[in-house]
Amino acid sequence: MDDVVGFGQTLLTMLRDVLPIMAILFGFQILVLRRSIKNPAQVAMGMVFVLLGLTLFLEGLEMALFPIGRLMAQQLTAPEFIYDAETAVLGSVHWLDYLWVYVFAAAIGFATTVAEPALLAVAIKANQVSGGTITVRGLRYAVAMGVAAGVALGVFRIVTGTPLHWYIISGYVVVIIQTAFAPKPIIPLAYDSGGVTTSTVTVPLVAALGLGLAETIPGRSPLLDGFGLIAFASLFPIMGVMGYAQLVEWKARRLKRRNEQE
Amino acid sequence: MHPADNPLVTHPHKKGPLRVLWSKARKAAEPLIDSSLALLPIVLVIAFFQLIVLRQPIPNMGQMLWGTLLVLFGLALFVRGLQMALFPIGEEMAYNFVRKGNLWWLLVFAFTLGFGTTVAEPALIAISEEAARIASAGQVIGNSAEAQSHYAISLRLTVALAVGIALVVGVFRILKGWPVQYLIIGGYFGVVVMTFFAPPEIIGIAYDSGGVTTSTVTVPLVAALGIGLAHTIHGRDPLIDGFGLIAFASLTPMIFVMAFGMLY
Repeated sequence: MDDVVGFGQTLLTMLRDVLPIMAILFGFQILVLRRSIKNPAQVAMGMVFVLLGLTLFLEGLEMALFPIGRLMAQQLTAPEFIYDAETAVLGSVHWLDYLWVYVFAAAIGFATTVAEPALLAVAIKANQVSGGTITVRGLRYAVAMGVAAGVALGVFRIVTGTPLHWYIISGYVVVIIQTAFAPKPIIPLAYDSGGVTTSTVTVPLVAALGLGLAETIPGRSPLLDGFGLIAFASLFPIMGVMGYAQLVEWKARRLKRRNEQE
Repeated sequence: MHPADNPLVTHPHKKGPLRVLWSKARKAAEPLIDSSLALLPIVLVIAFFQLIVLRQPIPNMGQMLWGTLLVLFGLALFVRGLQMALFPIGEEMAYNFVRKGNLWWLLVFAFTLGFGTTVAEPALIAISEEAARIASAGQVIGNSAEAQSHYAISLRLTVALAVGIALVVGVFRILKGWPVQYLIIGGYFGVVVMTFFAPPEIIGIAYDSGGVTTSTVTVPLVAALGIGLAHTIHGRDPLIDGFGLIAFASLTPMIFVMAFGMLY
């Protein structure tokens, strides 16, 4: 019974999310463009699929993976896990004590990004537009590697308590340098991939991790230090995608050179 | 899993109805296999940390399996819906706007789409309420519920305005064919400069607000719109000019939220 109520609530939330979008689309289509929609039955059916699909997706995550993932984030960041019960009272922390937390941060960042529906959508489009040069899986893994590195570094920042903006500004410098050297066609897609990574799957788990850390480490405030992980998770995929494209290009060039020598 | 869906089991490929059935079953199972591959890493990570690092049993196995099944079907259904509705609508509208040839209506549409999809975004509502709590704790605003809700709503409107403007600039860029990197890097400079003038307690929220604005329904639509425009306009390349709208939508909120923190 609880499942049914939960499902209904999620469906309502999704509906509230989608209705304004529909209103804008059809409003402009009918009032401004004065055109009827092509294949209205198919479009309506597709919208129902999108709504129902996202609802099932979120409901399922909430049933199976989110509770245990959140609990895990709390347990891994609890002082009792990091230190033995006796040494749990302390004034300062050493960043190396949190090794498992970094591993978890990277792993969960990677895993949630691969499952992110918005990223999947962009990857499908990129695959179509590039004529298959960019593979759906390759792009998602490149983005997910970026998120993994970003979230791990963001967790390190919370543990050490260093200022957020220095990390982000250094990240910008790296992105600008990469932009100068990366293959031109990949750049817009790389920039876009920063914005699509942090959505329905990643944010709940990553936020739980940040909050857990900021609450348990002495001297950190959950209100101030809990923020910032999402910023890392949106910046590093840009580097990941450009890096991946550079790697592919470098490999192709090396192969070509070797073939010419033979 | 139905035996016919199992890729590990090799079936004798006889001619006739059995083979047809098999290929149909494989085609039907493909989206499910894709979503299983997407979900596999999370399941592995959680199992590894639960069993090996934390050394605890996995609770409620039945519920876990049922939930995972729902996620699989949900993702497969979503992808089908994308291809049936969101992608075609986005591209069709781009085509119709270009045919109509009225730039202003296209820009009004871009703004409305950005503003309208962001202002009601649940993640944004959550983050702006959190921000109001911080501002109240830091005595930037009064302690009353009224002051907090006013702050939260103003912040939400600021971010929605930022996304609306982002899509206008992004669409205009596609029409003009400007390279995306100059605008984005210019935006980065804006973020850096603002960081040194904005109040410290708003910076974390501002940086995060860039990531939360683009929802799962908006992203495919906006991507399809950009690609549709680049396809339709002569001389634009869908890969180089079509992407980039989402990047603007995640950049401008940072600048706008920091400005909000300075002015409020």
